[in-house]
Amino acid sequence: MATSLRCFLRSGKKAVLVAGRRGFQRSAPAGVQVTVRDALNQAMDEELERDERVFLMGEEVAQYDGAYKVSRGLWKKYGDKRVIDTPISEMGFAGIAVGSAMAGLRPICEFMTFNFSMQAIDQVINSAAKTYYMSAGLQAVPIVFRGPNGASAGVAAQHSQCFAAWYAHCPGLKVVSPWNSEDAKGLLKSAIRDDNPVVFLENELMYGVPFEMTEESQSKDFTVPIGKAKIERPGNHITLVSHSRFVGHCLDAAAVLAKEGIECEVINLRTIRPMDVESIEASVMKTNHLVTVEGGWPQFGVGAEICARIMEGPAFNYLDSPVTRVTGVDIPMPYAKTLEENSLPQVKDIIFSVKKTLNV
Amino acid sequence: MKWRRRHHHPSLFLSTLNRILKTTTEPPDAAAVISVRSYADFTTQATFEIKKCDVHKLDEAPATEVVMTRDEGLQYYRIMQTMRRMELKADQLYKQKIIRGFCHLYDGQEACAVGIEASINLTDHLITAYRAHGYTYTRGGTVKEIMAELTGRRGGIAKGKGGSMHMYCKHFYGGNGIVGAQVPLGAGVALACKYHGKNELCVCLYGDGAANQGQIFETYNMAALWKLPVIFICENNRYGMGTSVERAAASTDYFKRGEFIPGLRVDGMDVLCVREATRFAADHCRSGKGPILMELQTYRYHGHSMSDPGVSYRTREEIQEVRSKSDPISLLKDRLLSNNMASVEELKEIDVEVRKEIEDAAQFATTDPEPPLEDLCNHLYHNDSPVEVRGTNPWAKLKSVS
Repeated sequence: MATSLRCFLRSGKKAVLVAGRRGFQRSAPAGVQVTVRDALNQAMDEELERDERVFLMGEEVAQYDGAYKVSRGLWKKYGDKRVIDTPISEMGFAGIAVGSAMAGLRPICEFMTFNFSMQAIDQVINSAAKTYYMSAGLQAVPIVFRGPNGASAGVAAQHSQCFAAWYAHCPGLKVVSPWNSEDAKGLLKSAIRDDNPVVFLENELMYGVPFEMTEESQSKDFTVPIGKAKIERPGNHITLVSHSRFVGHCLDAAAVLAKEGIECEVINLRTIRPMDVESIEASVMKTNHLVTVEGGWPQFGVGAEICARIMEGPAFNYLDSPVTRVTGVDIPMPYAKTLEENSLPQVKDIIFSVKKTLNV
Repeated sequence: MKWRRRHHHPSLFLSTLNRILKTTTEPPDAAAVISVRSYADFTTQATFEIKKCDVHKLDEAPATEVVMTRDEGLQYYRIMQTMRRMELKADQLYKQKIIRGFCHLYDGQEACAVGIEASINLTDHLITAYRAHGYTYTRGGTVKEIMAELTGRRGGIAKGKGGSMHMYCKHFYGGNGIVGAQVPLGAGVALACKYHGKNELCVCLYGDGAANQGQIFETYNMAALWKLPVIFICENNRYGMGTSVERAAASTDYFKRGEFIPGLRVDGMDVLCVREATRFAADHCRSGKGPILMELQTYRYHGHSMSDPGVSYRTREEIQEVRSKSDPISLLKDRLLSNNMASVEELKEIDVEVRKEIEDAAQFATTDPEPPLEDLCNHLYHNDSPVEVRGTNPWAKLKSVS
């Protein structure tokens, strides 16, 4: 939205922001500061209220208020029937959630992190994603699988994997990856209202980050459409495409580069599948340069897919240099702080890649 | 219990029978019997002794003396015979390469599907694994659309897009290819039943092979914890593909494997045993006591699938012995005849009609065209506007509608 954009540009002129701090307002137009956590909470609260078939299940979602407090207050408000604590049985409870969706409910199935979804991945893919097709439209599966995805801080290799590429590979699924509070709230509401299986990839490091939300986005009917990317910052010299937390890194890099006269157009994908390739193409046809930024591993990743799609489409002829991918390092995530920091794209990596791509 | 059949009834006897079945759920009264006057010399119902079930964590057991009416008997006979002939026809079509891929046949196990359906309502729910043709039929699919799905035609129950293992109809959730995955799904359906509060339950089936899947134990735990109205049913046909139960399970007492869930071990070759046990189990669920587990001891005549001759891990003598001593259709036929509940000619007439129905269905299944290429990408998403789908090359932009 225009107000958030202005606020980012303003703060960018002052200093390079450390990744994680975002969007503190100087003056306050008609908006309010909401953390991503609260935005997700509001989305679920509103949808639980709106449709009695919606319910939430997962580990610690009820009486603990959520492992990351995303579902705080919901059990108190809606009770045992609508907010269900499960035992530690991912494959079992994911299957139960899918079965309940087949029989007419609208479950939100939380994985404490998407790393644990691997235990249940057969239910997500074979029971949820493929069923509408296999049944030739007889059996829909209106379910949302949500939880934190990708790297956190110091949680090491088994708890830091990004699953965007794995899930987005599969037809029949929709895969959504919000960045800020408006994304989080609007996309989660859309996901819950969608009659198809949606994998909703949150980010733990973003939960506590406040963003300004417009008055419009406070409405109970506010949704953000699945499948449409957003241009967070317009620019003419180069396109940066990203999703989730790294959109913020791109905006930080853009702020630094702007001082050197390089104007980056930053695109927030919002949805990984179906991907809004048209928005990327339109931007590339304007800027002639493209850098993709993601936290996941390089091989067979989101950036790799963007490269392939750009090559297959009209934007290829507008490229003045090959597409550059900025990704996580191709290793399991280490624990030590310095090693971990250097396993993921930093703002300086994005700046470096932009300059290399522009050959400046 | 109401049966809905969507096929034609050429003879007066059958249309009368059908009218009776549609309008009554109890044995027909005198007026109805008069309308089938020519058969008035038959016994209208009889009491039968059935095998006692072994129980686990239960103080009571299903009754061992049960009543079957003539109409029920004829109904069960017809449905089991239809299932038997349908599976044998599928065998034939598979050997002619008209059915491809996986084909897991149910012949020998008919009493399970028929006995279960006899004690639940069509408003209840049922889910099973891949040996699903019989259940698709008892849940309301027609032979025609089942066979056309096997041959992959547009008239198939899933328009040819699912095949043998992925057939669906109202309150029937397939047809599931991944061993054991259907069990959590079934508990989820039961959760929805409890949530909606309409006193419906879910019958959730799996085999002796699947019984060793971890997700089933996760499901037992949650179903018991939350008192979900689910009847878990293990169809123990003694072999998980080529592995006998003794070689796969440390405990072959499948009815006890639910540990804290009460269990029954049932003679799965006797339709009345299955019916009575299901009635007992359904009462248990509907009274809010939570899940219950039934092990049906049954047998499949065919191998695991059409690619398995079924004789490398068991003897032909064993198969022959079951056929001669425990065939579910023969058992029922003997009961009907020896209690003067039906005549040989009457049953033969049913056989002829069934054979014709199967032939007609096979004819349809072999002549109906395959789904059109335009249907290739459809049914990806529900209630969505049309999307473009990438084909095999970048210039192939295919269309998908909901």
